Amino acid sequence: MFNKFNILCLLFYSHVLHAEIYNIGPGLNSQEQLQELMILARPGDTIQLKEGVYELSDGLSLTQNEVSIKGAGMHKTVLDFSEQMSGAQGLLVTSNNVVLKDFAIINTKGDALKVIGADGIYMVNLRTEWTNGPDTSNGAYGLYPVQSKNVYIDGCVAIGASDAGIYVGQSENIIVRNNIAQYNVAGIEIENSYYADVFDNEVSLNTGGILVFDLPDLPQQGGHNIRVFRNQSSNNNTDNFAPKGNIVATVPRGTGILVLANSTVEIFDNEIHDNGSINLGIVSYFEETDDPDYYPHPRSIYIHNNNFSNSGYNPDVAANEMAKTLASLAKEDMPDIFWDGILPLNQMVFGQPEEERIVLGDNGDASFLAIKPIQFLLPFLNPVNRNYIEYQTGSRSLDEVKFKVPMERFN
Amino acid sequence: MIGNFFIDVCRKDIPLSFFVLILLLFDLNVNAAVNDVAIQSEQLPKKLSEFGFFKDPVKQIPVQNVIPYELISPLFSDYARKKRFVYVPIGKKAVHRTDAAYQFPIGTALIKTFYYLDDERNKESKSQLLETRVLLRKENGWDAASYAWDKETRDAELKIAGKTINSSWVNKEGELMNVRYRVPNKNQCQECHESNNKIIPIGPKTRNLNKKVFYSDLNGELNQLQYWISKGIIDSHSDSLERVVAWNDINKNIEKRARSYLAINCGHCHSPTGNGASSGLYLNFTEDRPKQLGVLKKPVAAGRGSGNKLYSIVPGKPEDSILLYRMRSTDPGIMMPESGRVLNHNEGIDLIANWIKSLN
Repeated sequence: MFNKFNILCLLFYSHVLHAEIYNIGPGLNSQEQLQELMILARPGDTIQLKEGVYELSDGLSLTQNEVSIKGAGMHKTVLDFSEQMSGAQGLLVTSNNVVLKDFAIINTKGDALKVIGADGIYMVNLRTEWTNGPDTSNGAYGLYPVQSKNVYIDGCVAIGASDAGIYVGQSENIIVRNNIAQYNVAGIEIENSYYADVFDNEVSLNTGGILVFDLPDLPQQGGHNIRVFRNQSSNNNTDNFAPKGNIVATVPRGTGILVLANSTVEIFDNEIHDNGSINLGIVSYFEETDDPDYYPHPRSIYIHNNNFSNSGYNPDVAANEMAKTLASLAKEDMPDIFWDGILPLNQMVFGQPEEERIVLGDNGDASFLAIKPIQFLLPFLNPVNRNYIEYQTGSRSLDEVKFKVPMERFN
Repeated sequence: MIGNFFIDVCRKDIPLSFFVLILLLFDLNVNAAVNDVAIQSEQLPKKLSEFGFFKDPVKQIPVQNVIPYELISPLFSDYARKKRFVYVPIGKKAVHRTDAAYQFPIGTALIKTFYYLDDERNKESKSQLLETRVLLRKENGWDAASYAWDKETRDAELKIAGKTINSSWVNKEGELMNVRYRVPNKNQCQECHESNNKIIPIGPKTRNLNKKVFYSDLNGELNQLQYWISKGIIDSHSDSLERVVAWNDINKNIEKRARSYLAINCGHCHSPTGNGASSGLYLNFTEDRPKQLGVLKKPVAAGRGSGNKLYSIVPGKPEDSILLYRMRSTDPGIMMPESGRVLNHNEGIDLIANWIKSLN
């Protein structure tokens, strides 16, 4: 096991040895031992967490590159922060090429796993959970890489976050696949990011399933090139429990997928059903902003080959403005796909540039509703456009996101 | 000489370097000068005494070339008092920079000891030494660590994984205070001291040093940058650079006091190059865009840190301002700064509340 002699050896010899594997099990000194290992580990080393519940009182952090931290499985190795006394998250990673695999982080006071500024972060078969179910006092994010590059999230489970279960912010080159997100406000959120593939995820029982957002006043904005495909987004009908002030607090209960102010998004081959407010919404940023570098309207959104059913059967009219507006316009005939139609004034009058238009490919018998904002402002004109065919021409498929994923380190 | 020899040996031959290091450690006990090798060696010494910074460690009396200094506005650390020292190797100099700390030469050590007085109402009461943090300028950049004090051995021990110290003391108002004081772990040192992925010093900037200080060897006051010049560790400083003000100096403009307070307590992370950059909230001293300073700025990833409020700062309305809400909390999921305190700084909270009230 781990003792002072090991530490001494590590101090003096680690930089000449090849990759080490450090085994650690749960115990009274879990906090100190784990943190010490995360500090002493050198590039190439693996910290192997044995099965068991590790009771932790303070946040952990890793700043060393090319370290792997692996458990015995997302239900077997559990980092339990129920009695956490300090630290804004459970685990903070600020280094590059880190593999995190096969463990759980539960009941943190703030975020579960935060990754800042990494180039290469690989999260595989992790679980982040607040075990008391949806609650405003839960931490904000489960898996939370921000300002990172080459972000890989595969086979993870995220439950109970009061913001997003899986949240990728201000990042680039992103793969989010095979994950399950339930009982979060947002299941999966891609925000102010470039080049993301979000696929084969099962996203249900959240307030909103998958969000693709771009927000103002941030170091990285102008989110673009996001592909959302082969996901299931269904039954996202949990009441919104996000603390006010956060953007996700404005998402209506019962949202399948919501695209806000993003450019070049391709949404295809998804199963989107039983979302009480709207299966798929495309909207502009709706708050005031004076950020001159920010474009608040969605552009070049391509939606095709999705399977939609049972949308808007119980819209969140009591708690949410967007749902209320939609329900009043739709008059009992709620669409699968909703576009708020808001554009810069000249485009609302003279039309959008061709390459920026929304394109609706074949989506089976999906229904569509767009607002015509100018007519919305004038009495006696119908502000609603349900003409699907008007948006059917064109196709603008995006390229696959590719970067090297070190699968050999996942064994 | 011996330092270079040691580093050379380190590169080539690990067992021998171990041997040499042991020899050097033995050597220390009879040597009253600062141990340059310990500062620059890749491995941190286990005991603070190995650096040789102090003549009398318990009274915190430094050896000759370890120079005490003060900041105009310091970071709040659970009401702990601090003593700061700088050591620059003889013959080398630090270089002034405008909006950053001095550029210190290789071999520099910045040393900061945290302690409580048993009774804040009585300056003569006993000191409880908590920890001494060091920033060491090595060949490949700064290294940071903390040493926790041990009463028995009159020395402090390296705590790379941090330490919890349950302390109590009597504050100025005569209340008994109990605190679960946290010595930061090595990574936490880095989290605050990181800028563009490099560790940097935070405090010793010209704008935060440019003031008069009492020196016992002069038996009088002198501007501490003048003193540094007289000690040969800097050549010059820019006197024209706007200074921060002491956050608690009620004779100064409240805006300047608030900005000075936010700069030293928040601005190292909340700057375009710090670990809080992704928030878009920048509280460093030179930021002048209202939105980036938080005025009617929405939170981005605050979670329950928002406290159901809509903006970081609502002018005139401290109660509606997230920034103040997070200063007032000691819940790890809400509080700001995220680390470095477990108590609220009531006087700082009052200052920021009054400043927000004064905005329109």
